Amino acid sequence: MKTAEEIFNLLKEKFGDAVIELKTDIPVEPFIVVDPLMVDKICSFLRDENELQLDSLMNLSGVDDANGEKVKDEKGLETIKGGTLSVYYHLESTKLKHKLTLKTSTDREKPEVVTVTEVWKGADWHEREAYDMYGIIFLNHPDLRRILMPYDWEFGFPLRKDYKNPEFYQGMKVPY
Amino acid sequence: MALKTEEMVLNMGPQHPSTHGVLRLELQIDGEIIIDVIPHIGYLHRCFEKHAEAMTYPQIIPYTDRMDYLASMYNEFGYALAMERLMKIEVPERVEYIRVIMGELQRIASHLVALGTYGADIGAFTPFLFCFRDRERILHLFEITCGARLLYNYIWIGGLSHDLHPDFIRLTKEFIKDFRPNVKELNDLLSYNRIFIERTANVGVLPIDTAINYGVSGPNLRASGMKWDLRRDDPYSVYHKFDYEIPVGSGEKGKTGDCWDRYFIRVREMEESLKIIEQAIEQIPEGDVKSAIPKRVKPPEGQIYTRVENPRGELGYFIISDGSLNPSRVKVRAPSFVTMQIFPELCKGFMVADVVAILGSVDIVLGEIDR
Repeated sequence: MKTAEEIFNLLKEKFGDAVIELKTDIPVEPFIVVDPLMVDKICSFLRDENELQLDSLMNLSGVDDANGEKVKDEKGLETIKGGTLSVYYHLESTKLKHKLTLKTSTDREKPEVVTVTEVWKGADWHEREAYDMYGIIFLNHPDLRRILMPYDWEFGFPLRKDYKNPEFYQGMKVPY
Repeated sequence: MALKTEEMVLNMGPQHPSTHGVLRLELQIDGEIIIDVIPHIGYLHRCFEKHAEAMTYPQIIPYTDRMDYLASMYNEFGYALAMERLMKIEVPERVEYIRVIMGELQRIASHLVALGTYGADIGAFTPFLFCFRDRERILHLFEITCGARLLYNYIWIGGLSHDLHPDFIRLTKEFIKDFRPNVKELNDLLSYNRIFIERTANVGVLPIDTAINYGVSGPNLRASGMKWDLRRDDPYSVYHKFDYEIPVGSGEKGKTGDCWDRYFIRVREMEESLKIIEQAIEQIPEGDVKSAIPKRVKPPEGQIYTRVENPRGELGYFIISDGSLNPSRVKVRAPSFVTMQIFPELCKGFMVADVVAILGSVDIVLGEIDR
């Protein structure tokens, strides 16, 4: 059993600046913020290190932080410029029974995070879902296609806070 | 001259009786042998998570019902638990007991559908009718409790919508008494049926480390031989007060983690659920089921990931609250969504007819995969 603080110190020692901070002031769960381009290396360390053995990825979730600047476009609709999109990783060790939450934030205009499918194969569909819903590009992902939305969906990423419904989809009026 | 062979692509679904919903599988086959399977999902996509952001927290509960529509009680249970942990609500003990009873009844009902339809997929139609006959009695118990048979809106944040019906305990006891012999009947009819074993043993073997790496959970993981149950390993509610076993697969008819193991683990789990319900009925305290329901659900700013042992595996809710009346993000970790990823791996090298046997044995619900 290791606490988030102990794991944070281990990571900080190993990866230095790629491990950004430990957040404990938020109610309920502490989490560690890491660099989006180092996630794969940090995760494979977390999985393979003998005293951590975080062998299972419980959940991977994209999040729109909506912390950018809100601007009105020519039609008077609100869009968000700048700010970040985030990915949360919930990890667990089935042998040592501890859990860990990782967070990584990436630029909203060019959201790029390195994939962890090499570490946990189960991340594949979760990452495809995060791409589908938020447009987060997972670098080196073997098969980054849309998963829940139609493959030809061209109206953006539905779970972004500034998403707007298209007026027509394949000749049908929306909302019908 | 050698006989020339060619790979071909076979489309299965989206409308197909054995895909348990609307799932499209693209099979690449070499004769009868599966080379690869590409699942296409999303036909039932409603974007629950987008809806959730526009609703208040209690309004989300009916939507959670509609994800895994065979285990609605447990979906509500998980959501209510996550919200109570986020808001630090103490729930009366009677509520916890009723939730456990409902959850375990739901587990039996859900497994009965899984087992019955699995038999029907393989070609044995009679067990399907037997299973649905028993499930009907559980649905009746739910109906007298909250008025609905499939989508309940029963477990609320901090409490329940209704207390138990006066007849509930008596009817549940009768059900347990009648159901025990029926499990044996199901075993005689299907589990130990020679033809059924031939179709399922040694098919679709899932090794344990692959299962963990993919994040497979619930009965499918236990069938591979891992003793892992969130009711015991990440305890919630009042499960620690009951005495029950966690069945694991042992490769009784073939290899550990084959289709037969995955099937039989569910039969044994139903018996364990009966034990839990019996104990809960004995111990259930008196109390008010609505006393802890908050008038206005406004959690503090923060985030939580909570998971429960749904009939299909680990059901997780990741909720981010920004301190307002609507959630900023609700992400559901659906057990079937994760289990479905392993499906191509399981099918490779087996016959086309085995695809149906493997798909039935992992027991997916498309409403939950697509959300």
